[in-house]
Amino acid sequence: MTVKLMTATGLSAAGLILSVALACAAGQYGPGASDTEIKIGNTVPYSGPASSYGVNGKVDAAYFAMINEQGGINGRKINFISRDDSYSPPKTVELVRQMVEQDQVLLIFHSLGTPPNMAIHGYLNDNKVPQLFIATGADQWNDPKHFPWTMMWLPSYGAEAHIYAHYILKNLPNAKIGVLYQNDDYGKDYLNGLRDGLGDKAGKMIVATQSYETSDPTVDSQIVALQGSGADVLLTAAIPKFAAQAIRKVYDIGWKPVHFLNTVGNSVGTVMKPAGLEKGADIISTAFAKDPTDPQWQSTSEYKDWVAFMNKAGLSANTTDIQTVFAYSAAQTMVAVLKACGDNLTRENVMRQAASLHALQLPMLLPGITLSTGPDDFSPIKQMQLEKFNGTIWKLFGEVMSGT
Amino acid sequence: MIVRKDFAYVFPEKLAVGSVGFASAVRRWIGPLVLIVIAAALPFAISNYHVFELTLVMIYAIAVLGLNILTGYNGQISLGHGGFFAAGAYTAAILLHRYGVPYWATVPPAALICFALGVLFGLPALRFEGPYLALVTLAMAVATPQLLKYFDNWTGGQQGINLPKVQPPPGLGIDRDRWLYLVVLVVLLVAMRVAANLLNGRTGRAFVAIRDHPIAAAAMGINTARYKTLAFGTSTMFTGIAGALSAIVISFVAPESFTLFLSLSFLVGSAVGGIATIGGAIVGGLFIVFVPNFANDISDAAPWAIYGLAMLLFMYVMPRGVVGSLGPWLARLTPKNQLTAPKSDDEHRGRLL
Amino acid sequence: MPKPWQTTRKFAIPISDIDTLPMHQLLQQIFSGLAAGAIYASLALALVMIYRATDLVNFAQGDMAMFSTYIAWMLVNAGTPFWAAFLVTLMASFLGGMAIERIIIRPVENAPVLAAVVVTIGLLLIFNSLAGWIFTYTLQEFPSPFPDRTLFGALMTTRDLGVIGVTLVMLVLLYAFFRFTTIGLAMRAAAQNPQSALLCGISVGRMLAIGWGLAAAFGATAGIMVAPVLFLDPNMMGGVFLYAFTGALLGGITSPVGAVVGGLIVGVTENLVGTYLIASQLKLTVALILIILVLVFRPNGLFGTPIVQRV
Repeated sequence: MTVKLMTATGLSAAGLILSVALACAAGQYGPGASDTEIKIGNTVPYSGPASSYGVNGKVDAAYFAMINEQGGINGRKINFISRDDSYSPPKTVELVRQMVEQDQVLLIFHSLGTPPNMAIHGYLNDNKVPQLFIATGADQWNDPKHFPWTMMWLPSYGAEAHIYAHYILKNLPNAKIGVLYQNDDYGKDYLNGLRDGLGDKAGKMIVATQSYETSDPTVDSQIVALQGSGADVLLTAAIPKFAAQAIRKVYDIGWKPVHFLNTVGNSVGTVMKPAGLEKGADIISTAFAKDPTDPQWQSTSEYKDWVAFMNKAGLSANTTDIQTVFAYSAAQTMVAVLKACGDNLTRENVMRQAASLHALQLPMLLPGITLSTGPDDFSPIKQMQLEKFNGTIWKLFGEVMSGT
Repeated sequence: MIVRKDFAYVFPEKLAVGSVGFASAVRRWIGPLVLIVIAAALPFAISNYHVFELTLVMIYAIAVLGLNILTGYNGQISLGHGGFFAAGAYTAAILLHRYGVPYWATVPPAALICFALGVLFGLPALRFEGPYLALVTLAMAVATPQLLKYFDNWTGGQQGINLPKVQPPPGLGIDRDRWLYLVVLVVLLVAMRVAANLLNGRTGRAFVAIRDHPIAAAAMGINTARYKTLAFGTSTMFTGIAGALSAIVISFVAPESFTLFLSLSFLVGSAVGGIATIGGAIVGGLFIVFVPNFANDISDAAPWAIYGLAMLLFMYVMPRGVVGSLGPWLARLTPKNQLTAPKSDDEHRGRLL
Repeated sequence: MPKPWQTTRKFAIPISDIDTLPMHQLLQQIFSGLAAGAIYASLALALVMIYRATDLVNFAQGDMAMFSTYIAWMLVNAGTPFWAAFLVTLMASFLGGMAIERIIIRPVENAPVLAAVVVTIGLLLIFNSLAGWIFTYTLQEFPSPFPDRTLFGALMTTRDLGVIGVTLVMLVLLYAFFRFTTIGLAMRAAAQNPQSALLCGISVGRMLAIGWGLAAAFGATAGIMVAPVLFLDPNMMGGVFLYAFTGALLGGITSPVGAVVGGLIVGVTENLVGTYLIASQLKLTVALILIILVLVFRPNGLFGTPIVQRV
């Protein structure tokens, strides 16, 4: 070869190596990610009858803003795009398509509600967009074989119901169980989970079920009917407003069942207190996170950090709402996953990192409860602990157990 | 005879007297043709997402058109059209999902079923007027999600039904979104034409007579019961067709998609577009789809407040709706045509609600 | 094997067997139905007030009541004693209602009725959204002026009785207002025939404004009475409005007595239907069907007067 040719070859080789090196140093990017930003999409009902869940989006936005102030993730700022779908699946489809096709987000995070998520999970999986940390505990989201791009976050409602079922089988084997549940996937998951957990005995033990709609003003009639069925154990799978009404009515009619309350409806500040603290004595529930209105956590440094964050974000009026703790912790999980991606911010790598969580600890979760995922396990939080209300606080008892 | 004629402000009146010449030819044929060509070419100039959005607009336009026939031309208020929309959507969904019927063949059964439902509903509705009719239709809107959740063997319950994605015919070389857009566009144009023919003919005149002077109309020999029931059936048929199309386009149905808010949105869309117009339905569809998104962009914390404010402003500036208010002004360009619209004086206070 | 979500009782208990069920159950259901019905009746009275004064159904009535209740809540939280807060809220709601009529409803007064209906729907959205924005969606407690005790062997609480009592007082006031006062008469005239009323020297505009103001005040009372029972949140009145609307129409949209009777019937019917007739998932549907059947025989409600139209 001539000198010229050799030089040319050498230079081009050097150029090639250099550009590859630069590319590696600059990172691999999917849509929505670059050297300076990471775009995340989210849909939440900020309006309409389900608007009490809108606070999830606000907390997430505030948390990501705080992270950005602290320098972002590996030097990149999070651009969090959150839109209002009013809990209407057609609207969710429209907004998610907008975020994926127009705004070009990297992933969809913490979208709220089962019907809205059902409407979009086909589209997101077909287009290989991560649908991470869905804000609902319905059981079907843990299905990596069919939906490899969809991952849960909240412990599944059915798993929680299993814990109650096992407790009943062990301690109250002759119980007659009545169930009050919300007439949608959320309530039905508890009912089905309870049946599943009780196994063959379910038909004999569950003597009455009563449902309510969120548009019902009260659940008094249902509670009266449940008492009339002769049940001595009651499972209430209700959101805070109806949980509080149920607790109060049970007490007022002089009924004293062994009362199990689901975790979404057990906040001291928004449920136990409005119902009347003494009316909720001896109710059993489970928890996986620290209830901010429960005095036993209010002296810990994690709580103080959280309160400081809420106040700075202008959300001090929401500090009695346990959802804010869930959203805060979910946002921390997202940040952990993105940090683990390093400079490889492709959608595939995001999914890979999300499916590789090992004993991740979050400050506002109960001690002993951690997040883990694997290629076959898309349910990060599986552990919960039983607790009993003593008129002032929820006293944890037993050990941390897994609901599956 | 005091019976008046009403006509659509976008499609020309067939029986217009004295409409000859180039100006009216433009208005009659060339104008709409140009619009149709633009509408058909549009999807190829914009992104997939916008095509999808416009398809939704057209679907809601068909639904609102149904409501216009009933409430605008026949004076029977309905707060329950979301329920008929759901009936059409679930008919299509069940046929697609359970019986593997091709998507285009699900629309006629949906239309027939919704027509039958409408007639069935319209019969008892004959007894009611004003706010009482509003209650009866409201009951339909409220009962629909409950019924859908209860018969979950058929409807999939709260989880809803995921539908297979429609594939465009191979060989045409266009993608799914644009194919569905064109399909819905054709249905919309056919629906508007059918509505125009219906409303400009004897039936339409009977509808309007019943709306404005029911006692006089009955005295003139119009079979009020038959026409009112027919109005109901036709109206729900249109809305049911829209529902079936929505199931096909969105590929998902669930009870949460068909709440009372949907029925109220249709009513608002009707009013904003122009309740007794055909073209107003398109404006209504645009309003329902775009204004909430717009409101969301303006205010993160209180999007509905902006949406509500938009409703107020539209009603203040154009109380007869966009097409209802602009229509007479536009039609003045061809002076020979007679303009009619529902009167808004005290005669009609309390009649609708 | 029944589905998981169906009651394990395979058959709904036929109406004729009600005697065999514990009497206590039945009484319980009836009494809770009356308590719920009183809640619906209190808002229904506000709806009747607005309809008689303005010939309009105000879809925003429930959310206006909710917003007034939040104002009362703010006052109570700031230390105001309950009854003082109640009175201040009533005044504020009255003035607010008048202002809404003047500023928001006045522009569509001469427009087609549908425009006014859409405006009330818009108002509904605005109030709901503003309440959520200003006060957040977290559930709040609301103090009750009545002590927390149960009566009649746990059939009813003093709070429920309080709601029934206040509703009856509101009924008497409303009835007396329209029947015995000059302003009430003037208001009825202005609603029925504005032109003639104007010719008689009645200021129709002022009557409309007062009508809205009074309805808002009634709504505020309903909200304040109801909030201790339902707990306060921006969506508190959503379901209540639906039942109140049904009850008001069942009783006759022009009749205050009808509104109360209608509300109570709706409350009791819903409870009995849900317990004895059909699974709770369909009780709203079935209850509505039953009510509509009643209306088929009395298309203007139980106590209503027919809407007269001139040829």
